[in-house]
Amino acid sequence: MSTADGARRIETAALARVEGEGAMHVRIRGDEVLAVELRIYEPPRFFEALLRGRALEEAPDITARICGICPIAYQTSACQAMEDALGITVTGPLRDLRRLIYCGEWIESHALHLYLLHAPDFLGYESGFAMAADHRGIVERGLRAKKAGNRLIEVIGGRAVHPVNVRVGGFYRAPERRQLEALRPELERCRDEALATVRWCAGLDFPDLERDYELVCLRSQRAGEYPIDDGRIVSSKGIDVAPAGFDATFEERQVPHSTALHARVRERGSYLTGPMARFDLNRERLPPIAADAATEAGIGEGCSNPFRSIVVRAVEILFAFDEALRLIDRYERPDRPFVAYRTRAGIGHGVSEAPRGMLYHRYEIDDAGEIVAAWIVPPTSQNQRSIEEDLAEFVAANVRLPDDELRRRCEQTIRNYDPCISCSTHFLRLEVERE
Amino acid sequence: MPAATPTRSTLARPKLAVWKFASCDGCQLSLLDLEDELLTLPERIEVAYFLEASRAVVEGPYDLSLVEGSVTTRADVERIREVRRVSRHLVTIGACATAGGIQALRNFADVGELAAAVYPSPSYISTLETSTPIAASVPVDFELHGCPIDRHQLLEVISAFLARRRPAIPAYSVCVECKRRGNVCVMVARGTPCLGPVTHAGCGAICPGHDRGCYGCFGPMETPNPGSLSASMRDLGAETPDLIRAYRGFNAAAPAFRAAGDAHAAESEAEA
Repeated sequence: MSTADGARRIETAALARVEGEGAMHVRIRGDEVLAVELRIYEPPRFFEALLRGRALEEAPDITARICGICPIAYQTSACQAMEDALGITVTGPLRDLRRLIYCGEWIESHALHLYLLHAPDFLGYESGFAMAADHRGIVERGLRAKKAGNRLIEVIGGRAVHPVNVRVGGFYRAPERRQLEALRPELERCRDEALATVRWCAGLDFPDLERDYELVCLRSQRAGEYPIDDGRIVSSKGIDVAPAGFDATFEERQVPHSTALHARVRERGSYLTGPMARFDLNRERLPPIAADAATEAGIGEGCSNPFRSIVVRAVEILFAFDEALRLIDRYERPDRPFVAYRTRAGIGHGVSEAPRGMLYHRYEIDDAGEIVAAWIVPPTSQNQRSIEEDLAEFVAANVRLPDDELRRRCEQTIRNYDPCISCSTHFLRLEVERE
Repeated sequence: MPAATPTRSTLARPKLAVWKFASCDGCQLSLLDLEDELLTLPERIEVAYFLEASRAVVEGPYDLSLVEGSVTTRADVERIREVRRVSRHLVTIGACATAGGIQALRNFADVGELAAAVYPSPSYISTLETSTPIAASVPVDFELHGCPIDRHQLLEVISAFLARRRPAIPAYSVCVECKRRGNVCVMVARGTPCLGPVTHAGCGAICPGHDRGCYGCFGPMETPNPGSLSASMRDLGAETPDLIRAYRGFNAAAPAFRAAGDAHAAESEAEA
């Protein structure tokens, strides 16, 4: 649409096929992009304030409710932050179980995004339902993968959304080995199909966009391990800090058009977290089946086109199935399902890799075990600035496209990030900058 | 996009809409978690408005609206009225929509103070003093409880709607599900405080099944007796702050839990 001053405006009032509520606003004059805004208007829920006075043991279950799509990420980061404050470490089969249930979340979340939310963009459908009319086999394959991921979460956690078995120190009850063994045939089948999905994704048609991001993710301290549940925070421009260094490394800023904060590297700027960052900085740690598939798919040397993130997600689904099978192979049921602790006052930091990127929690607890202060930085707030920069570059390069096509491509650009807008807003500190 | 071939069933399909208010998206995700039924669903019901899954929007009115989330802003008060206006049958799904959700903890606090704790410029936050269930704003035809809802119960609600019958969703307590599942009672055998005796069934008694006490995420059962349960929990060592927190969880503003939480909060003040 044209405005009185001759500028074109591309708007999407309510973004579809994302989790949560957001909108997009792009303003163009001639060939010049005047403004690009990803607007987030989810009503705030004040999680960080509501956590004050709650027992430290309640943080995993309460923060899980920030996001129904990645509750394990919230539970894991919360547990690790509390364990850090309490001075305990979860190791051995309990840590394996934590990683295993997290594999389930990567699978269900990535499969939902890849097949039902993102693939329709590449093939020109409005939804996964519409896509299924012509590509039923592909969508069914995706639903099988998603179900296998959910089943893994259910067997360990009790249910797929907001599982009940995760606690500070480990689990309430450790599953029997035979319960996990029973998952093997389906996980093996889905691993084979995940390989086919990498190949299928590699054949999609990708719009041109090459970006020079600062990539930020975790790097496991265990040799040869791809990051999921823990590690140091590293970047492609030299960051390498423990989780406790998050605050000194990153900052959050408020922008007027969004209730979500924009995170940035202090004194540097935007960064990218999520599958592309993990893959680029850790791809030598992928098992051969996933590394070979990535090479065959043409991203073996890395990937800087955000539209190809769908291929990276496919590679991570393949990895997560393979990793789940590896962890089940060596699982021995522990004698005790959790590490015991003595309540004490302290400050703790926890970071893990949610499917869509790094998720940081920090808590201060008192000597009675009550939460004094909480700070949560989810992935979408970290990526929000990069999303807008992608949009600005993409629109500048494609400014001649008709409005409808440009709008559709802009939405696809946002969906490259699998943004979880529900998450991205519940912890905002608003600081409106006015000129 | 290729046009779908009209068949007898597609011509007669009722229209489904899925709406989101303040929530985590987990309950509408439960619809997408019906992996085995998801692709046959559109044969029976037209997915006319479901932004999390589709950018296609079919105009209302809608035959069945599923509403997730609670009302926390003035704009959302208006929006739910509009949703009600275009919906023949409105079903609320989940603890946020049926009881106000975890964000209803604000109802027991000063929302201005909460905003100041989270935001440096709280005056820019537009929000209501309370988080309320959908039924506080508009008439609701059926409420499906749970944080999150159980996807099989959601399927039952949709099936019942299509068959024009009442959903078969029992309102008894989690204790009944525990017995059915063969769980050993965690309160009796382990001395673990458990909200199961006052909590609405539907989850399949998964917490006691994992050696922990129920934390009440399905909200109060039909005729709960929290006073009696609180006395038993005290016998197991629970103190007043534990009891306040137990009732003030994901269904804190559900009437029976709110009354129990308020009663313990009053005790706490008297103790102090």
